[in-house]
Amino acid sequence: MSNVFEYAPAPESRAIVDIKPSYGLFIDGEFVDGGGTAFKTVNPATEEVLAEVAEASDADVDAAVRAARRAYTRVWSRMSGAERAKYLYRIARIIQERGRELAVLESIDNGKPIKESRDVDVPIVAAHFFYYAGWADKLKYSGYGDTPLGVAGQVIPWNFPLLMLAWKIAPALACGNTVVLKPAETTPLTALLFAEICQQADLPPGVVNIVTGAGDTGRAIVSHPDVDKVAFTGSTEVGKAIARAVAGTDKKVTLELGGKAANIVFDDAPLDQAVEGIVNGIFFNQGHVCCAGSRLLVQESVADEVMTRLKRRMATLRVGDPLDKNTDVGAINSAEQLAKIRELSEIGEAEGAERWSAPCELPSNGYWFAPTVFTGVSQAHRIAREEIFGPVLSVLTFRTPSEAVEKANNTPFGLSAGVWTDKGSRILSMANRLRAGVVWANTFNKFDPTSPFGGYKESGYGREGGRHGLEAYLKTDENGGTA
Amino acid sequence: MSRIDVRKTYKLYIGGQFPRSESGRSYVVNDAKGRLLANAAQASRKDARDAVVAARAAFGGWSGRTAYNRAQVVYRIAEVLEGRRDQFEAELRASEGITPAKARSYVDAAIDRLVWYAGWADKITQVVGNANPVAGPYFNLSTPEPSGVIAVVAPRGPLLGLVSVVAPLIITGNTVVVIASEQHPLTAITLGEVMATSDLPGGVVNVLTGSVAEIAPWLASHMDVNGIDLTGVEDAQLAADLEAASADNLKRVRRPAPGTDWLAEPGLDRMTRFLETKTVWHPIGV
Repeated sequence: MSNVFEYAPAPESRAIVDIKPSYGLFIDGEFVDGGGTAFKTVNPATEEVLAEVAEASDADVDAAVRAARRAYTRVWSRMSGAERAKYLYRIARIIQERGRELAVLESIDNGKPIKESRDVDVPIVAAHFFYYAGWADKLKYSGYGDTPLGVAGQVIPWNFPLLMLAWKIAPALACGNTVVLKPAETTPLTALLFAEICQQADLPPGVVNIVTGAGDTGRAIVSHPDVDKVAFTGSTEVGKAIARAVAGTDKKVTLELGGKAANIVFDDAPLDQAVEGIVNGIFFNQGHVCCAGSRLLVQESVADEVMTRLKRRMATLRVGDPLDKNTDVGAINSAEQLAKIRELSEIGEAEGAERWSAPCELPSNGYWFAPTVFTGVSQAHRIAREEIFGPVLSVLTFRTPSEAVEKANNTPFGLSAGVWTDKGSRILSMANRLRAGVVWANTFNKFDPTSPFGGYKESGYGREGGRHGLEAYLKTDENGGTA
Repeated sequence: MSRIDVRKTYKLYIGGQFPRSESGRSYVVNDAKGRLLANAAQASRKDARDAVVAARAAFGGWSGRTAYNRAQVVYRIAEVLEGRRDQFEAELRASEGITPAKARSYVDAAIDRLVWYAGWADKITQVVGNANPVAGPYFNLSTPEPSGVIAVVAPRGPLLGLVSVVAPLIITGNTVVVIASEQHPLTAITLGEVMATSDLPGGVVNVLTGSVAEIAPWLASHMDVNGIDLTGVEDAQLAADLEAASADNLKRVRRPAPGTDWLAEPGLDRMTRFLETKTVWHPIGV
């Protein structure tokens, strides 16, 4: 399809960010050198090396946990909720003030389109801190008591670096805990800028500690004996390893893991809106979304019509420079992830599904994958069962609501689901029968600080966001045990 | 020769504007030692009715904003108040004859109270609303909604007392007509200046100064006022009369609260008293 409307490039200036050649660890309120081997973080859209980042050794993690414990014992757990709230409000305000800088840096380090980092990630990050700031002095109304756990060890993924940081740090601090957080090794930069924001807010040293590194650093945090709470967002495989590692300890755990969400379109759905929802469901953030609507279940009678409209819409997606304000789909976050997406897509073809990719010119440097849809997918296919975590949609069909429920629930995951129909009673009956922690009806990928998020089954346990999100950071039983 | 200072005219705060009383009246406000502080506008029945019109006009927009946005605005009032704290401390000392330390503690508490209520905007629903597991195939959800236009008789505390009665009403989406403390009205108007410059839409809070005994009955009997908070009414007979007048359209009434410790953390009652509970049913089925 030829482009009817040509767009001139509209790049966001990156002059607003000041990326240093190298970064240390943020421990006890200061940046310090790491004991491990420094690693490089690259811009996935260009493969340009952005900075060298310290790797936290076991000793560094221990220093961070000790700083967090000191801050917990001497300052943070003794401070009134109203005073803790003021620090969180300050952080929320500084995030709003430095919003553009955070958005540009996030797009450079992660590869996501600037319109998403600017209009989705950063505003929700600020709102999340604002929301939990308000809880800090209202915990007695939460229904979960007001006793913090102590030191929280938090490990977050690369798909929403700053947003996942906010989901972890804001409720932890509001409840009176201190934290040691590890950002993903491919996206550490906004977390390190957040450390600077903590300094600007005069947050007491040690309340927030940011340690960078890869799997070994994460393992050191999770298994540290003085960590009272483990919060992890990432793959189901690592989540299971964490559940095993904390077995037999008193650590409280929340896990937000993978998904293979069904996005279910009934024949009475407003199809143009449904197509927008399908596109948003799987191509938002390059499909690097744990709750992505990666399985489209479409009612047989409208399947051809939906596919025609979907392909037409996919052909208009603009793939390219994440900093261009018109870009819809940015870069795949890493070479490793790109290889995984390619591999599963090839398996999809080999297993007999039919592959179609949107016609688009991909840049020559960087990591790119064209928006892709597979039709003729059966439930046995690996692309229907495994999380691809990329811009790849698998399409299955169904005839009755019960068949849709059966297929939707036929997965070890249970993070989210979508339902598209004009009939309210059907939305609610589908919602009742879907085994998923979030059900979006006639919308998809909506997030709000007040709304709890988290999965059933192997998508993890615990909820983040809302009043329910407080439970993960408060002592709710006599030994503060799991779940 | 020393400079002659420029003194402020204290007027009413209605619909985001600062009009004089349409009656052209004013009354003398003295400081704690009986010296003249200023003349305050003496609001009339017409001013009260204008204020109700302004509050009603503002209600749709204000209650229709997201809770998050209302929280941001009320938090902004706290920020602006913090920036003007010296002025408020000076006014409190002049009008009440209190020590600098006491004035500071009242301003601190007023700012903190605004912050406390700001956080409630998007949480009150989560604390007092809930899903109801009815015995049938129905989705059933109860959520709080603001009652509408609320008239308030403010207590004597010129700043902390006023903030403590107004903030819980506006944070949930109500709009307010408040009669300031008759003895200490000036700080209420200065607070109006803070609200007028804090992104709070005009008409959400309207401040009248004057005689409670004269104005309050018109508000209690006003058919477009949905609730009345009698916290600052000190005459028991007047309070009873106002409550009786409020029955004409079944206003939600909060009775006087003598002896309230304004420095203590409030509970939820100042919010929940002026909230309606809405329950939505919807069938569940294929």
